[in-house]
Amino acid sequence: MKVSDIIEKLNLKVTGGDEGLQNEVTGGYTSDLLSDVMGNVDEGQVWITLQTHRNVMAVASLKEVAAVIIVKDLEADENTISQSNDEGIPLLSSSMEAFELSGELYKLLNER
Amino acid sequence: MEFSYEVEGGNFAKAGNAASGVKKVLKQLNVDPKIIKRIVVALYEGEVNVVAHAYKGNVLVDIDTNRIYIKIVDEGPGIPDIDLAMQVGYSTASAMVREMGFGAGMGLPNMKRNADIIDITSKVGEGTVVELTTKLTS
Ligand SMILES: Nc1ncnc2c1ncn2[C@@H]1O[C@H](COP(=O)(O)OP(=O)(O)OP(=O)(O)O)[C@@H](O)[C@H]1O
Ligand SMILES: [Mg+2]
Repeated sequence: MKVSDIIEKLNLKVTGGDEGLQNEVTGGYTSDLLSDVMGNVDEGQVWITLQTHRNVMAVASLKEVAAVIIVKDLEADENTISQSNDEGIPLLSSSMEAFELSGELYKLLNER
Repeated sequence: MEFSYEVEGGNFAKAGNAASGVKKVLKQLNVDPKIIKRIVVALYEGEVNVVAHAYKGNVLVDIDTNRIYIKIVDEGPGIPDIDLAMQVGYSTASAMVREMGFGAGMGLPNMKRNADIIDITSKVGEGTVVELTTKLTS
């Protein structure tokens, strides 16, 4: 499944990083602790978080995640969005909260 | 090949510059992506520790055909008990730093896990030196 499929099925908004919309998604990781994500997220996973500052994109880019989804319609900082564009890693947003969104994504990735 | 980066205490916007620079260089050198990832995870955590806990620092990177050596030197409060600091969950991060999602007390353990050799020396009231060495071939 590609990032663009997830956007469509989970009704996500694209805030930045259009270049990566065809990235292949291998799984997901939900956490708001940056060192936890640094230590545990795998390449190709979607990272679900409520953090909105620019360091999110630094971690996302070093770990080469497929996309970042910010929950609860929280607004990403301006420099988070510009870094997402620079790196070509999609920055997405959802009105759902982390529990709900993680559940939906889990279902989606495991239904086939 | 040798190069270095300055790290400013408190400046989170720039945290990760050294790690992303080193990542680019190692990619150009065709190092195994898995090894690159370990190296940049450790370096990023070290950089963020200078930003979060110290006043200013310098990252020295030395790459040869077999290994990368990274020395992160800071001027800062130092670490009184290194064994304690190495424990998962131990953190003295400020409320502001925690709000950003740092301060889980996982940075040093991540560094240890992702470097072949880690050496930490510290003087309270002066600063900390973290040395990371990792082989570039598996
Ligand atoms: N360069 C440093 N200067 C002074 N103290 C440090 C330094 N690096 C680490 N420490 C001390 O060691 C503790 C543990 O560091 P560690 O990186 O494991 O966790 P953290 O930085 O608090 O949180 P996290 O890395 O999960 O965001 C810190 O809270 C701090 O007290
Ligand atoms: Mg840390």
